Amino acid sequence: MKQNGDVRIGFYICHCGTNIAGVIDVDRVRDYAASLPGVAVARDYKYMCSDPGQDLLRQDIAEHGLNRIVVASCSPLLHEKTFRGAAEDGGLNPYFVQMVNIREHGSWVHEDGEYMTGKAMDMSRAAILRVQVHEALERKRVPINPAVLVVGGGIAGIHAALTMADAGKHVYLVEREATIGGHMAQFDKTFPTLDCAACILTPKMTAVKAHPNITLWTYSEIDKTEGFIGNYTVTVKRKPRYVREDLCVGCMECIEACVYKSAKIPDAFNMGLSKRKPVYIPFPQAVPPVPVLDPENCLHLKNGTCKDFCVEACGDRDAIDFTQEAEYIDIDVGTIVLATGFDTFDPARIPYYGYGKYPNVYTSLELERLVNASGPTGGDVRLPDGRIPERVAIVHCVGSRDEHYQRWCSRVCCMYSLKLAHLVKEKTGGEVYNFYIDMRAPGKSMEEFYNRVSTEGVHLVRGRVADIAPESLEPPSNGRIGRVVVQAEDTLIGRIRKIPVDMVILSVGMQPQEDAENIRRMFNISCSTGGFFLERHPKLAPVSTFTDGVFLAGTCQGPKDIPDTVAQAGAAASEALALIDRGYYELEPNTAYVLEEQCSGCKSCIQQCPYTAISFDAEKSKASINEALCKGCGTCVASCPSASIRQHLFEDEEIFREIHGLLAYA
Amino acid sequence: MNMQQPNSGEDAAWRPRIVAFFCNWCTYTAADLAGVSRMKYAPNTRIVRVMCSGRIDPQFVLDAFRHGADGVLIGGCHPGDCHYSEGNYKALRRYHLLRRLLADMGVAEQRFRLEWISASEGDKVKSVIDQMVAQLQELGPLDLPGRRADWDAELGENGEDDLTAGIAAEAAEEVSHV
Repeated sequence: MKQNGDVRIGFYICHCGTNIAGVIDVDRVRDYAASLPGVAVARDYKYMCSDPGQDLLRQDIAEHGLNRIVVASCSPLLHEKTFRGAAEDGGLNPYFVQMVNIREHGSWVHEDGEYMTGKAMDMSRAAILRVQVHEALERKRVPINPAVLVVGGGIAGIHAALTMADAGKHVYLVEREATIGGHMAQFDKTFPTLDCAACILTPKMTAVKAHPNITLWTYSEIDKTEGFIGNYTVTVKRKPRYVREDLCVGCMECIEACVYKSAKIPDAFNMGLSKRKPVYIPFPQAVPPVPVLDPENCLHLKNGTCKDFCVEACGDRDAIDFTQEAEYIDIDVGTIVLATGFDTFDPARIPYYGYGKYPNVYTSLELERLVNASGPTGGDVRLPDGRIPERVAIVHCVGSRDEHYQRWCSRVCCMYSLKLAHLVKEKTGGEVYNFYIDMRAPGKSMEEFYNRVSTEGVHLVRGRVADIAPESLEPPSNGRIGRVVVQAEDTLIGRIRKIPVDMVILSVGMQPQEDAENIRRMFNISCSTGGFFLERHPKLAPVSTFTDGVFLAGTCQGPKDIPDTVAQAGAAASEALALIDRGYYELEPNTAYVLEEQCSGCKSCIQQCPYTAISFDAEKSKASINEALCKGCGTCVASCPSASIRQHLFEDEEIFREIHGLLAYA
Repeated sequence: MNMQQPNSGEDAAWRPRIVAFFCNWCTYTAADLAGVSRMKYAPNTRIVRVMCSGRIDPQFVLDAFRHGADGVLIGGCHPGDCHYSEGNYKALRRYHLLRRLLADMGVAEQRFRLEWISASEGDKVKSVIDQMVAQLQELGPLDLPGRRADWDAELGENGEDDLTAGIAAEAAEEVSHV
């Protein structure tokens, strides 16, 4: 056994109020720990993480000459930093601290106090045995490249990019669509203030374009990511838009000139409710204001038979370039903000709602376009047959709070449904029925907004819609679109209600982007249940991820409204700025190292390393580890047949001692 | 340090003990989540945190059995999700080899288990542990330390070489002498 001089361990067990002490007999664990070899001091305390709790460590280090600390409390993922810091303040190397997780893995999950007290003793003994052979370690610093990558140009990405660019950092903003703006650009009014989305968004969009510190790449995607905090190399794929951004002046004359005399292709920005030409701009205020050529429909690109009127119209500006190809650009950044946003639930998955079957059943996002003055109807709420609907049903929670589809509440639907109710009522003067399960109106001014809309004559029916069916099996003879009957149990009066309406709006919930999984893998982060990106801690690190230097902003992390999205984007930006302004990041010293005298040069470790950190030193005939590349997974350590590779903080001996401690009976 | 008393096995209050090796990023975090969510599950597991399931040396598993574990559980990130790209695949390979070795040693296959549990799957930590504990409860104690003592006694004077300790002991000692 390796000796590090006289071992003097301080053992501390935390009550955590009653969180731990309510289940575990802390006095018995403390007394047991005190009886173990090497333990100089054993104490219990109400809250070890509090200032007085930490002071206890510092005082005991000084008074009792402690050189090892064991804290039995919560998860090391929560407070290891705290206690290492306290030990460091007390003059001890922080890696002489070991934690015992008796809360998350103990008192919170097990009710048998007697058994749990014994198990806490086992766990404490393991840590006491382990900490004896700990070694003093130094943290390694890596510099942080001050450039930042923001993925996604919705309101979250825009706000994060502007915040960091204003602080003087260089930001690369990568957006996959032809314009930034995201979903917010499609909305008409925003709840609860009813201010117009475009009015508050477009100034920020143009600010992005004009900002000297922002490199904006639209119609671009992340192809590959390598590296680690402070030093990421990201490959961005710039898809060909066949119109050169550097030459285009945004006159849109090419769109006018296109041989397609009328627009024929469904316009994605307007949810397919209008048509566009093969050369188009997503919407008039798009940033950058540069058209895109759609290669699937452009005659020149499809079969080379076009008269190329667009080229003629562009004239000596010469911005149209049919030869453009995808371009791959490598950028070096230190930190990354992911703001990849959300998708909406596809209501066609619920057959009895009739979406896609009845032409008067719309999604809420389609309605956003219909009520929008720049939308396909110029802001009139009209049915496909041109009529203004007299009766409109708005169905809340479509796909949401449903075991079969999405279990979660998307948080925004109640409020946007009320907003749509208000707008539809205002524009059509008809009867509006909102079918809801529960009315969720938390947050500033939301309840007030609900009260306002409910006094405007909107009918609020508490009940989940069970069926939407045509009123009559015969289609109306006058070419009109027939009414549908919305059926629900009104749970407040305990009756089934069948309400015939001209138009149905399905308030679809939020879901992760279809390719969120790819993005997640590319940036090596985790997903929560449901597929939204997982934050490092739901309360205390809500914009950080388990990959250092990668932060989350907006709805890619979970459903949220615009104010929360902007707040989170600001938080993600400030986390990135904090790292950049400090200039370096301290890595855990848990890297692997080779004991050269033992290494036989078998090379079996080399292929184990995913980071190519291990090379073969031919001269010495030994393996050699580049500490700068090693991330500390320990895979090579486990593979070495002669135990010649070891890992700081997770030494074989430390783990064996932990196992022995856990299993030896008290 | 006299902290080792072999498990009698006949003890009426016997409850299986599982040593679990959980990776820091997925399964350990999932176990924390189970805690934060106050899920209640069988308390028989004692968790050892490693950075990656790829760090789990087969010797750790053998050593745990040798010191009286009735079961060993390995938890890592789902395929494709490893924080270190591919450590979990290395763990999987070693797991398959080790399972065969353990089967040859007479250790029932239910006693050694590998599960992919992501950071959001607190409920899976609960269900896997509850299920494994129920299986071990049915199998009864493994009690390698006790059996080793019996074998030593049988071997009598010839038993100087501690055969039963096998690979694990030698390897463990080799390490602890470093």
